Amino acid sequence: MKLKGSQIFIKALEQEGIDTIFGYPGGVLLDIYDELHRSNLKHILVRHEQGAVHAADGYARASGKVGVTLVTSGPGATNTVTGIANAHLDSIPIVVFTGQVPTPLIGTDAFQEADIIGITRPCTKHNFQVRRVEELAKIIQEAFYIARSGRPGPVLVDLPKDVMASMTDYEPLPPRAKELNSVPKPASKKAFYVLDLINEAKRPLLLTGGGVILGKASEELREMARRTKIPVTSTLMGLGAFPAKDPLWMGMPGMHGTYYANMALSHCDLLIAIGCRFDDRVTGKLDTFASKAKIVHVDVDASSINKNVMVDVPIVQDCKTALQSFNKLLMEQDFSVTDEQRKAWFDQIAEWRTNVPLTYCNSDEIIKPQFVIETLYKLTKGQAIIATEVGQNQMWTAQFYPFDEPNTFLSSGGLGTMGYGFPAAIGAQLAFPDKLVVDIAGDGSIQMNIQELATAVQYKIPVKIAILNNGFLGMVRQWQELFYEKRYSHTDMSFAPDFVKLAEAYGLLGLRAEKPGEVEAILRKGLEHPGPVVMDFKVAREECVYPMVRPGGPIHEMALGREMAN
Amino acid sequence: MEKQKKEHILSLLVNNKPDVLARVAGTLGGRGYNIETLCVDATMDPGVSKIILSVIQDQATITKIEKQLIRLIDVHSVSDLSKMETVMREMMLVRMKLTDKNKADIALIIDTFRGRVVTMNGDHCVIEITSTKEDIDRAIESLKPLGIDDMARTGIVALERMK
Ligand SMILES: Cc1ncc(C[n+]2csc(CCOP(=O)(O)OP(=O)(O)O)c2C)c(N)n1
Repeated sequence: MKLKGSQIFIKALEQEGIDTIFGYPGGVLLDIYDELHRSNLKHILVRHEQGAVHAADGYARASGKVGVTLVTSGPGATNTVTGIANAHLDSIPIVVFTGQVPTPLIGTDAFQEADIIGITRPCTKHNFQVRRVEELAKIIQEAFYIARSGRPGPVLVDLPKDVMASMTDYEPLPPRAKELNSVPKPASKKAFYVLDLINEAKRPLLLTGGGVILGKASEELREMARRTKIPVTSTLMGLGAFPAKDPLWMGMPGMHGTYYANMALSHCDLLIAIGCRFDDRVTGKLDTFASKAKIVHVDVDASSINKNVMVDVPIVQDCKTALQSFNKLLMEQDFSVTDEQRKAWFDQIAEWRTNVPLTYCNSDEIIKPQFVIETLYKLTKGQAIIATEVGQNQMWTAQFYPFDEPNTFLSSGGLGTMGYGFPAAIGAQLAFPDKLVVDIAGDGSIQMNIQELATAVQYKIPVKIAILNNGFLGMVRQWQELFYEKRYSHTDMSFAPDFVKLAEAYGLLGLRAEKPGEVEAILRKGLEHPGPVVMDFKVAREECVYPMVRPGGPIHEMALGREMAN
Repeated sequence: MEKQKKEHILSLLVNNKPDVLARVAGTLGGRGYNIETLCVDATMDPGVSKIILSVIQDQATITKIEKQLIRLIDVHSVSDLSKMETVMREMMLVRMKLTDKNKADIALIIDTFRGRVVTMNGDHCVIEITSTKEDIDRAIESLKPLGIDDMARTGIVALERMK
């Protein structure tokens, strides 16, 4: 069968099981867009290419499938860079297709030419430029395979216009069989050793990360933790993999982690780290991090092991396989541990937890941002998919909205990209049209991709946005308060649009709450509304996120409130 | 782990495609590691190239570099030749200005380092020396006072003695 490049493009996507793509057209994409017009693929026309990448990313995080973006050459391509870097740092499987000028013009500074391969080389897992139509189908298959295999990540495919317009013989490719960067066999000897370590340990702790969610290993993690009765703390990226309602749950550690999680990390004698990469926001000062512990580290990516923290037992394996084989071993060995054996450790943790719980000072006068999140949790019964922006809103969400299921918390962990949450929520909503999807935002971040309100309205995507409006770039202001004697240099955001009117101008419902008494009613109204909603919560302007570990400081030294921080 | 920095020679098998060298170089450069020498050519399989590069780093950093490089989709293998029994060579071309005074000294140096004169015209000659990196360094030191016009070095190539 003779087909055009643009037709093969559609066929190859269909073969990968893709049904939704986020895109924005342009001159070099006209052949593809003409085919899209005829195809059954659902194309969501975003309002900025960064939004397209974040939406594909949110789609991928919520569904566990690969997200797809299609943008034009030059500015279309360069507009995707932040989104790609964001997916790269959080290891999210997406494929970004960029248009390119015709091959004879590449390298001539042609109109709307950008060397997107060069630009994205350090922030993609891999990228391709298709030089001949004959290799198109194969490259697309390879791109999806690379994006989702091993440690997932973004892959970019650059499509020159002439390649899309040329014809070739096409036959559907057989599914890809060969395992790329295939993972070593179960490390059974090491598993026995880990079992010994667990038997010897008096204060064991599990630290899990995004790898557990990406590796779809939540069930296995739950089984292992419950069987071994080891308390669990998880990085921001791993929230939801272990249910927050489980008594073994410790909350998030690190810079804004719970007191008890940080104390447990500093005092544990065995740390089993699974699918995390020891980011500096988690470890604090490296010399004092888990300094009393033997450390076991399971990760699919060998380069994550011994990168920041030197470990005693490295296990290069995907989290699911590693946990499965370990659980099997527990079963075979008839492993059991009594509450009695764990009593001293559990008592210690309970004491930390009672002495310094995760809390805040609520008010009758002024809306506390944490109160909005707690109320949201109460009303959604924890059943929503929650996206966040970046800053205080993100940390408060991690602290005050307990997550019980994987793939329900979407947040820019590695890159910390303001403007991520709203388009990501759009992507998640498209993956799960019947679920409630909420973006918890700051008034600064929401303005970074606010243009996607039009997308939400056009496609009737019923995402709910809750702006914790403090009139500041809150997190930066917090650092200025704590470390720069309250010199609020360029962080005052009180010059802002009226978000209710803005919502209305875009054609969606806008709501506002100014007093604590209104919060629940406004949330209820917003959540029950069938379409997209913007809810503007005027919150306490100078609330800070606590606990807080000083940047670069040891994580067991936490400021628990304003008095201690100053 | 050893903290002391020393030269490590990494041998990589990579896809012979545009952009692959940039990926390898970027992986090192983007993390602030300098490539001291670099040598690339196709192997017996024209689809595969061999990159031999040297970096001066401590062992822990070398391990990190190896792990980062092997993550690249176009890189098939990475081995640290400094850890194996290997033969290492470097080739240098030097152009010298010839005078009545320096001719004898140059001839002696060529002889000492088992080099040869590749071409000679008028008052210039180009010398080729193939040897270990250390010997090449020494040869340069000896030739310098005699007036080096220009020179080019290949960087280290190395091969394991046995499979
Ligand atoms: C694109 C981008 N630019 C700048 C920053 C630096 N930054 C981190 S948090 C923050 C403030 C965020 O303010 P807002 O969205 O209002 O959220 P809040 O902290 O008040 O909840 C800034 C500017 C960033 N993370 N991302």
